[in-house]
Amino acid sequence: MTTTASTHIRASATSSATTLRPSPIATGILIIGALYCLIPVVWVVAASTKSAGELFSSFTLLPSTHVFDNLAQLSAYRDGLFWRWMLNSAIYAGVGAIASTWVSALAGYVLAKFAFPGKAAVFSILLTGVLVPGVILAIPQYLLLAQLGLTNSYWAVLLPQIISPYAIYLARIYAAAAVPTDVVEAARTEGAKEFAIFNRIALPMMLPGLVTILLFQFVAVWNNFMLPYIMLGDDTLFPVTVGLSGLLNQGASAPSMYTLVIAGALVSVLPLVLLFLLLQRFWRVDLAAGAVKA
Amino acid sequence: MHSIKRGIAATVAVAALALTGCSAGGGDDGPVGLDFWAWAPNVDKVVEIWNEQNPDIQVTVQKQDGGDPVITKLLTALKAGSGAPDLIQAEYQKIPTLVSSDALADISGDLDADVADEFADGLWSSVTLGSDAVYAVPQDSGPMMFYYREDIFEELGLEAPTTWDEYAEVAAAVHASDPSRYLGTFSANDAGWFTGLAQQAGASWWSIDGDAWGVDIDESPTQQVAEYWGGLVEEGVIDNKPMYTPEWNAGLNDGSQVGWLSAVWAPGVLSGNAADTAGLWRAAPMPQWDADAPATGAWGGSSTAVTTQTENQAAAAEFATWLNTDPEAVAAMADVMGIYPAATDAAAEALTTSPEFFSNQEDFYDVAAEAADTIAPFTYGPNVNVTFSAYNDEFAKAAEAKTSSAFLDAVAEMQQITVDDLENTGFTVE
Repeated sequence: MTTTASTHIRASATSSATTLRPSPIATGILIIGALYCLIPVVWVVAASTKSAGELFSSFTLLPSTHVFDNLAQLSAYRDGLFWRWMLNSAIYAGVGAIASTWVSALAGYVLAKFAFPGKAAVFSILLTGVLVPGVILAIPQYLLLAQLGLTNSYWAVLLPQIISPYAIYLARIYAAAAVPTDVVEAARTEGAKEFAIFNRIALPMMLPGLVTILLFQFVAVWNNFMLPYIMLGDDTLFPVTVGLSGLLNQGASAPSMYTLVIAGALVSVLPLVLLFLLLQRFWRVDLAAGAVKA
Repeated sequence: MHSIKRGIAATVAVAALALTGCSAGGGDDGPVGLDFWAWAPNVDKVVEIWNEQNPDIQVTVQKQDGGDPVITKLLTALKAGSGAPDLIQAEYQKIPTLVSSDALADISGDLDADVADEFADGLWSSVTLGSDAVYAVPQDSGPMMFYYREDIFEELGLEAPTTWDEYAEVAAAVHASDPSRYLGTFSANDAGWFTGLAQQAGASWWSIDGDAWGVDIDESPTQQVAEYWGGLVEEGVIDNKPMYTPEWNAGLNDGSQVGWLSAVWAPGVLSGNAADTAGLWRAAPMPQWDADAPATGAWGGSSTAVTTQTENQAAAAEFATWLNTDPEAVAAMADVMGIYPAATDAAAEALTTSPEFFSNQEDFYDVAAEAADTIAPFTYGPNVNVTFSAYNDEFAKAAEAKTSSAFLDAVAEMQQITVDDLENTGFTVE
């Protein structure tokens, strides 16, 4: 996300001076990159149209006609449990992303605009947090939440994902760039309370950056596997990632339900695609505007 | 939704504590609620029958990933002190691990004395570990059988092999007819499968003597099996790719995998992965090392155990007994879950018609019952997971190396890794 911002600046700075000519090598590398990302998607789309027999026998990328059969079977699996998983994912990712964005914005704003003892230490610890993969924390988080008796509940998945060091780090950069200190001080002189300054003035100014964080967090929570996998025992609480994995691991004596899993995987990426299409324009236009002001 | 939003608006810790308060209270007077972690498909349908008949003990199935993951999850939950279910579906080879971690309750006091009579002695000993305690009730068993494509065998004029020597000859003939065809594959991914083959040859990888464990992997029965398969792979007449991969599935569909050394539950897997080949397969007893003393191994099979974290041990034991011995429950398990129930007599009554996938073979369950009678005894140890992952690592290398000596080295390595792990975790090893 930060690279997008910086390339934007560089692009707009240089484009006025020289006309950019497409380089065949760079274009070639980008096309290979695009294929690398898109072929698996094409595979999922093609495979989701195949029946169980065709899946392993017909040509890989050749679509078939069974997409609606597969979806119907998927919906029928244990009385529509799949849709419950989708709803759970939406709750985890939706509530989690909004809460996490708000918390990150607040933390980032405070780190960027306030001077307080221990600030450098807090920020260093956060930076360390960025380097620690979430997977490593899943088990300690499980043991902590178990002491509160919160495992196997919505909270178990929501709470740990509200704090994201990386999102706070991003928010701090956006806050430093997008919220002029003069404006904050002017509001203070007018007698505005600190929370009001944050909610009414800083937050709207940071909005484009926050959309980025929101998208980023939504995708991270939606795709998260390890944390819900460890936290949850009740399969009606599963998000779609954990639920689909269960369909593939039914023990050696039962067949893996490949067609259902592939159809489910296709359905499960649609909300992400939709979200990106809807929020993309927000995020592109104003990010550059905010960045230039800095 | 509403309460979730409100909770987040409030301080996180306070909300968390408030919620604990809510979930801890209540539910004392109502019916007993039992959580049951299981992975077998459709087990919830059988549990529904129980719930209808027993309004006072309501069981909720929470479907889990099968195999190792569910065990890891259970042990983590037990360490954490909360979050474990009352009942769990446990494979036989996991029972020693669970018992040595103090995860399974001894339910011998909750069971009627005649429950043991419902099961074959070999199965019962794997839930008692040869002691007076009872750690689980056997649910299903997986006697190994040989499956082959009848149509291709007929086309090539071959007969189902009855000994391992014949199996090698048939394998060579199948591969000679078409280089893409194999009678089977040596799968370095399926330790349970190899264990079954070793069990058939007379191996028993662990033994217990007082407090000391013995490890007997690198002994003649297992060496014999490894050398045999190493030889077939070295010759190239047997494939060396793992099972349960898309490639293997494709082979089942297009007829390049002509046979499968599997277990009684194979029809479910075949109908799921190669539905179009229905009616083309045939089940036979395993090829034998000694035709005069037929034996087979077990691959898969599981039990219903009560965890040490349950607050309703008696109710949980009552349910576990019902699930695995009640004629109606056993019939439902055989019918909707497609498993081979462990309760001998109830299973024989329930399993009369062949699975749909084997409608061409009327005596399917006769073959199965014969195999089930000849399962060789086998003792599992407390670190099966270590041994199994050693199998995966070492035999993956051996299958790539494609030499008989590499297969024997892999067995020796498995022995070494298993012994080292037992010693490192503080067990006494003989």
